[in-house]
Amino acid sequence: MDVKNIKIKDFPAEEFKDNDTLQAYIDQLNAGGTQVIVGKLDQMVNWGRANSLWPLAFATSCCGIEFMAAAAAHYDLARFGMEVSRNSPRQADLMVVAGTIVNKMAPLIRRVYDQMAEPKYVVAMGACAISGGPFVNSYHVVNGVDKIIPVDVYIPGCPPRPESLFYGLLQLQRKVKVEKFFGNRHICANVTNETNVRM
Amino acid sequence: MKDIQQVVSETVSDAVIEEKQKLTVTVAPGQLHSLISALYAHEALPFDYLISLTGMDWGDKLGVIYLLSSSRDLSKEIVVITATDDRDNPLLYSVTDMYETAHLNEREVYALFGIRFINNPDMRRFLLSDDWKGFPLRKDYDGDPAHNPITIVNKEIVDIAPRIMEDAGGNLMESTVKIFDEEDYIINIGPQHPSTHGVMHFRTALDGEIVKKIDVKSGYIHRGIEKLCESLTYPQILHFTDRLDYLSANINRHALCMCVEKAAGIEVPPRAQYIRVIMDELNRISSHLLAFAAHCNDLGATTAFIYGMREREYILDIFDKTCGGRLIINQDVVGGVMFDIYGDFRKDVNAFIPYMREKLKEYDDFFSHNAIVLRRMVGVGRLSREDAISYAVTGPAGRGSGWSCDVRKHKPYSLYDQIEFKEVIRLEGDSYARYLNRLEEIEESLHLIEQLIDNIPEGDVLATVKPVLRLPEGQYFQNVETGKGEFGVFIESKGEKYPYRVKFRSPSMAAVSVMPLICKEELLSDFIGIGGSMDYVIPDIDR
Amino acid sequence: MNYNQPLELTGLLSHLDIFFRNNLPPFWASLVESILVLITILAAYAVIALILIYAERKITAFFQARLGPNRLGKYGSIQSIADMIKILIKEIIHINRVDRFLFYAAPFFVICSSVMAFGAIPFGKGLQAVDFNMGIVYLLTVSSLGVIGVLLAGWSSNNKYSMIGAMRSGAQFISYELSAAFALMTVVVMTGTMQLSEIVENQRYAWNIFNGHLPAIVAFVIYLISGHAETNRAPFDLPEAEGELTAGYHTEYSGMQFGFYYLAEYLNMFIIAAVATTVFLGGWMPFQLKGMDTFNQIMWYIPSYVWFIGKTAMLVFISLWVRWSFPRLRIDLLLNLEWKYLLPINLVNIIAMVVTVLAGWTLTGLFPNIFGITP
Repeated sequence: MDVKNIKIKDFPAEEFKDNDTLQAYIDQLNAGGTQVIVGKLDQMVNWGRANSLWPLAFATSCCGIEFMAAAAAHYDLARFGMEVSRNSPRQADLMVVAGTIVNKMAPLIRRVYDQMAEPKYVVAMGACAISGGPFVNSYHVVNGVDKIIPVDVYIPGCPPRPESLFYGLLQLQRKVKVEKFFGNRHICANVTNETNVRM
Repeated sequence: MKDIQQVVSETVSDAVIEEKQKLTVTVAPGQLHSLISALYAHEALPFDYLISLTGMDWGDKLGVIYLLSSSRDLSKEIVVITATDDRDNPLLYSVTDMYETAHLNEREVYALFGIRFINNPDMRRFLLSDDWKGFPLRKDYDGDPAHNPITIVNKEIVDIAPRIMEDAGGNLMESTVKIFDEEDYIINIGPQHPSTHGVMHFRTALDGEIVKKIDVKSGYIHRGIEKLCESLTYPQILHFTDRLDYLSANINRHALCMCVEKAAGIEVPPRAQYIRVIMDELNRISSHLLAFAAHCNDLGATTAFIYGMREREYILDIFDKTCGGRLIINQDVVGGVMFDIYGDFRKDVNAFIPYMREKLKEYDDFFSHNAIVLRRMVGVGRLSREDAISYAVTGPAGRGSGWSCDVRKHKPYSLYDQIEFKEVIRLEGDSYARYLNRLEEIEESLHLIEQLIDNIPEGDVLATVKPVLRLPEGQYFQNVETGKGEFGVFIESKGEKYPYRVKFRSPSMAAVSVMPLICKEELLSDFIGIGGSMDYVIPDIDR
Repeated sequence: MNYNQPLELTGLLSHLDIFFRNNLPPFWASLVESILVLITILAAYAVIALILIYAERKITAFFQARLGPNRLGKYGSIQSIADMIKILIKEIIHINRVDRFLFYAAPFFVICSSVMAFGAIPFGKGLQAVDFNMGIVYLLTVSSLGVIGVLLAGWSSNNKYSMIGAMRSGAQFISYELSAAFALMTVVVMTGTMQLSEIVENQRYAWNIFNGHLPAIVAFVIYLISGHAETNRAPFDLPEAEGELTAGYHTEYSGMQFGFYYLAEYLNMFIIAAVATTVFLGGWMPFQLKGMDTFNQIMWYIPSYVWFIGKTAMLVFISLWVRWSFPRLRIDLLLNLEWKYLLPINLVNIIAMVVTVLAGWTLTGLFPNIFGITP
């Protein structure tokens, strides 16, 4: 099915289909100021990391079911090597925050995040995790999980379809691929935590 | 019901008896307990099933609305209302000595309204943390987030429960009680745990591998939906019901739509009725399939889990083609349905029915008669009929204990009085009965859809509804049968376009409240398995 | 009878040996050879683990109507390499309030025991690093060392889930170790030797599972069950029990420490299958029929290590099949199965085997002309 003309501020509709630009962007980011050997090593490390993102499903509500659907037969998260779902945060690379986070949960999600080993990534799945969603005016809802932990990729939807989840996870792979493990670490920190690059 | 009125007036002479949508009795707080005891002990028609317990704030008064019914005849219902003037220290008598399900409900009312219950042995706040300032569902609640800031500092869990007890002389005494012994080996199952089906928190005391005691904690996904409803118009509330029990999203929504339609006197076109019921039944199948899948996963059978999810996708595809949604489909609206069915709908559903039957056989071959499965389910987590009623456990779990509690049979709504289907009842009351009940109910739902799918009448799918909907003043109830049990909607209207109070009766809450009982003395692995067989959805409990 | 064996590695290895011995003093020659063997074993260990992880993920996917990894390499074949790179450079978290020494030592117990067992397996003709005359006892001993690592991990992690997992694991290992040992002893009764090379050699015309017919088949099945239980895989995965204990005894381990447990789990599965192959299914020995030289020659064209890997792979596949079909057992059912069923059956079975051997009812005893090794 083709994507129809979706109007999103700051995100031209062509970019939904245009992966080449993104790839060029990644190459450009990777090319800047690295030695050949270090660059190649970085590429290898990033290739490994990007293709082996083991998720920890922090599933609180509806989005968790769609995450399960994405991992099951019809959609199959395993194609990207992401099916090794680790329930222990120590062994996971990627926390998928699927569902509303409320005041009572806030300390706990922070704790789970702190228990994860570096490099760690966070995907905010669904409107609730992004901003509080339909419950934004409530007395007991955190308006966006990024108030508590840094988020790498936001996946809109209520709940997002498994296809959206895949799109988000593939964008995360791209993001991982511009990190520098052997090269300048500061760049790495900037990319993951501050500039939530639009891609 | 004349008989009942007589009982009421004999027990409490100054009770106000009204015939509203349901028989409504208003009594003073002091007489509440004796009235409910009399109803509970009534011989021909004992009101032993507490459907819901709703806290209320009428501005000057704080009170509780009890909706009672009888396990012998679910169609007989009575509403008991009581209220106290004391807003600073409101006290009411607890009904936990008769209804076990009242424990968690009264704690919830305490958290949200600040009403404390005398003689409830455990008066901690449910849903909210102990240091929460204010009572959010009171009308004068100050919602400023500065009072209750979001913190990321972990708090120690205190296992001490306050309570107020009345002694023989009628004096009230405040005391505290310890939940666990000093030497108990306590593990926290949840809130983030793969097998709690969400974010439930069971504090579990273990003796080796044997579960000694469970303390249920909740509120990790309490989103304050009931408060949010009070500032939205009726059509705007609809989407919240979908996000309560998201697996029975469409059925929940159907309940709220019917409640509003009844109150506003809107006639739903027959075509819309048919579409609603077919969608409900498809939704029920998908809910049961997920319950089957999750239960298998809890027992460690990952492949069976994937199989359940695989069949579920067929239903989601039909939903997807109808209205673009998968899990949450936003199909029902006040006055009908939002979208008509698509051209091939009949063909798809007709193709799905034999496919699903074939797969049910496959589940039987693959899983239901496996030796390990039998040993891990038969006789495990036994729930007696009396306990099921007292804890108000409905749905496949209640029917697994031999309690005929299908709302579709006893209080038929929409088209259910015109179609023929069997209520699946088993008497064993163990995990296996609940498991088989679900699979058989899938079969029944298929049978139900078969009767409807080829007879959908032509016509409109949406009645004309006024753009601004005002319900006449009054209290409105509507109960339906979701995949988990009896789901209820209660609306109190003051004639405004916003509801004055909305309350959802959650079947999952009853299922969780019974866990400490049926898991006692079972092994830790069985605790997880029993949780799977009860099939609760946490956002439904926390709301 | 000497058959033409063009693809065997024996020639190459003896050339290497002669080369070292000619050019180096004897001590240095054996040192260099030992180091080479060590490197080979470690490399094989890692490679086999990676292949197994990939195979499991792919086979599981097919059991579950999915596709499995298919983005990296053809059919996702280098998926495990990406996992390896990632896990090698993943942070190892230093946790407060653990028993530090034991916490860091525990993964090494597990990995060492499985490497030691791995090293003693005869992979093919001439492809055995050490050939003890007590080979079977050695295998049983080192493979049961692994439980120490698991227990230590559970104890030192200072985590209640880990503790429960470790306690379950202890009970499980000790129980099933008995059955596994008795099942192997049944075969020792028949072969009269514990040396792995001799056991393989004895199975030239009749694999032990055929030679000892009924008692041997019973022993084989019991060994597969108890071996499967020893590897902590479903339906015996109670120490990890994802749904109950999040990750069981290794909940607190991250990075490569977790990687060790992960590798050891797969390698143990391989070791169990390899031992079963060696003891019951003729090891690396090709399938031969006495007196049919042409047929035997064709069989010998397939090198011995291929025979070995093939038989082992079949057993590994059965193990995967079981793992993905059954739900998890409960601890009391698990112990019941061992102490009430497997162990008594095993004891009776040993006696049955003794009677069979003494009465000469084995195939070699009954038909020495067809199955006997000596002409």
